[in-house]
Amino acid sequence: MAAGSTSFRSSLRTVTDHTVTGLAVLATLIVILPLIAIFVYLLIKGASSLNIDFFIKNPAPEGEPGGGMANAIVGSGVLLAIASLIGVPIGIGAGIYLAEFGRGTRLANAIRFTADVLNGVPSIVMGLAAYSLIVVPQGHFSAFSGGVALGIMMIPTVARTSEEMLLMVPNNIREAALGLGLPNWRSVLSITVRTASPGIITGCMLAFARVAGETAPLIFTALGNAYWSLSPNQPIEALPLQIWIYASGPYEDQHRLAWAAALVLILLIVAAVSLVRFVTSRGVLKGNS
Amino acid sequence: MSRGNSALADRGFRVLMIACGLSIFGIVLLILSELIVRSEMSWKQFGLRFFAGTTGSFWDPVNGGFSALPFIYGTLVTSFLSLLISVPLAVGLAIFLTEICPRFLRGPLAFITELLAAIPSIIYGMWALFVLVPLLREHVNPLLVKYLGWSGLFSDDNPTGLGYLAAGVILAVMVLPIISSLTREVMTSVPHSQREAVLALGATRWEMIRMGVLRNARIGIVGAVILGLGRALGETMAVQMVIGSTPEIHKSLLANGASMSSVIASEFAEAVSDLHRSALIEIGLALFIVTILVNGLARLLVWAVTRGVPARVH
Repeated sequence: MAAGSTSFRSSLRTVTDHTVTGLAVLATLIVILPLIAIFVYLLIKGASSLNIDFFIKNPAPEGEPGGGMANAIVGSGVLLAIASLIGVPIGIGAGIYLAEFGRGTRLANAIRFTADVLNGVPSIVMGLAAYSLIVVPQGHFSAFSGGVALGIMMIPTVARTSEEMLLMVPNNIREAALGLGLPNWRSVLSITVRTASPGIITGCMLAFARVAGETAPLIFTALGNAYWSLSPNQPIEALPLQIWIYASGPYEDQHRLAWAAALVLILLIVAAVSLVRFVTSRGVLKGNS
Repeated sequence: MSRGNSALADRGFRVLMIACGLSIFGIVLLILSELIVRSEMSWKQFGLRFFAGTTGSFWDPVNGGFSALPFIYGTLVTSFLSLLISVPLAVGLAIFLTEICPRFLRGPLAFITELLAAIPSIIYGMWALFVLVPLLREHVNPLLVKYLGWSGLFSDDNPTGLGYLAAGVILAVMVLPIISSLTREVMTSVPHSQREAVLALGATRWEMIRMGVLRNARIGIVGAVILGLGRALGETMAVQMVIGSTPEIHKSLLANGASMSSVIASEFAEAVSDLHRSALIEIGLALFIVTILVNGLARLLVWAVTRGVPARVH
């Protein structure tokens, strides 16, 4: 009797164990499937509509076939250049502070915490802030205000990845630099930062790729522009904005262009994420370089 | 001489780096003050009524009546719907990756979840609009109406396939990788001795996971879920494209609605009056404060587990 109930309980335990394992595998499959679906769909849709016109032509008038996204590609380039000019130096500086000067201090912990929290602030709020800071005083929409919104978004990401990469630099390299009698700033810039530079650069690329796909902060800062423009003082087109307009519109040809643009953005992001993984996993920073 | 210069340079460099660090505080304060100033017109006119609702229509830009209630409702409904779908899957995925998965699969699967997290909102939105919405419209919604229509949550009056449900599902896809990768991090930080101790008592693998891992990691997992919530609350583009953009409150999950972020995206660039713009900025301000609080709480919970604070032992 007692033996029977024990064996029943133990077989119940085995069944539960197998069930849970099965459920975990099922959950994994359900998670991986949408990604594969999105990816395959993008590749098919995007690749079939990506051609040379996409890169060299401006948009065709509403409803007409053909045309490309040359102005949006250039516009995204201008916006990202402004964003990088703001986000990269300040972000790396903050990373250097966190890793080299503030390690373990209360101020550094507070900054790290704020950076993480800032990372989770919705991008549309950044757009509102840039609108109120630049568009309202200037009285018109501009590429500059869009670039500032994206630049602010880059700072916390760049700061945290730079910090992580700098912390991977072994301490004996710092000690060797100081042992040579280098002033601290030289030692930080030409030894520590240089050793970590592959990691810091990929961190910047990741932040770059992330803001490259941001749409919400650009809607009421960069606004969009159907024509060719390079001026930071004028409204400018951007790839994600163009995708939004085209995907929400009724024309088959515009949908095609939107898929092509989405493919270009995805490829940029895949490249950045793979690079980060390569750099952090291959021990490029662990003193082997 | 050169020594004096280098000490000066050292101090200058240090101050510059500290300034870069402090700029992060500066950004938060700047956003806060800008949004407060620009939404003054709205909070002076409506006060707390803005968040509590008015009689008649909620959102009437032409006649100047504004209440954020339908958007708060839309944001809450879609966010909780997305957590309902994504949390079990994310925890399942994390369990699989840390405890069950063969070692050679671990890297590629972690890479895929990382990639999922990096795909821009607009691309999820586009996929939802062209693939998910037709799927819901043709196959899922009719079944929900037929079998669960009695609950009142699935009514048959929106033929587009857009609405709260579509937004909740695409949000679930988007927050899943975030919750899952943080849960994985928290579970990995549970010391191996905990697992070994439970196994030594003769536990099966599931009992080991339940008693040795999940119990120790639960605070961190709650943190991960709250972080996912923070992301879902502020997600803009994907929601804007599939929620239907209607400033109304409906019990049916298949009805068109709008969320706090989606209404800003749809209406701000074409706001009809200063008051309209100011009301939208006030919604943005509320969104900013809520996401700061939610994210702060989540980070604290995750830190409590991963930063070497000894987990509570029972």
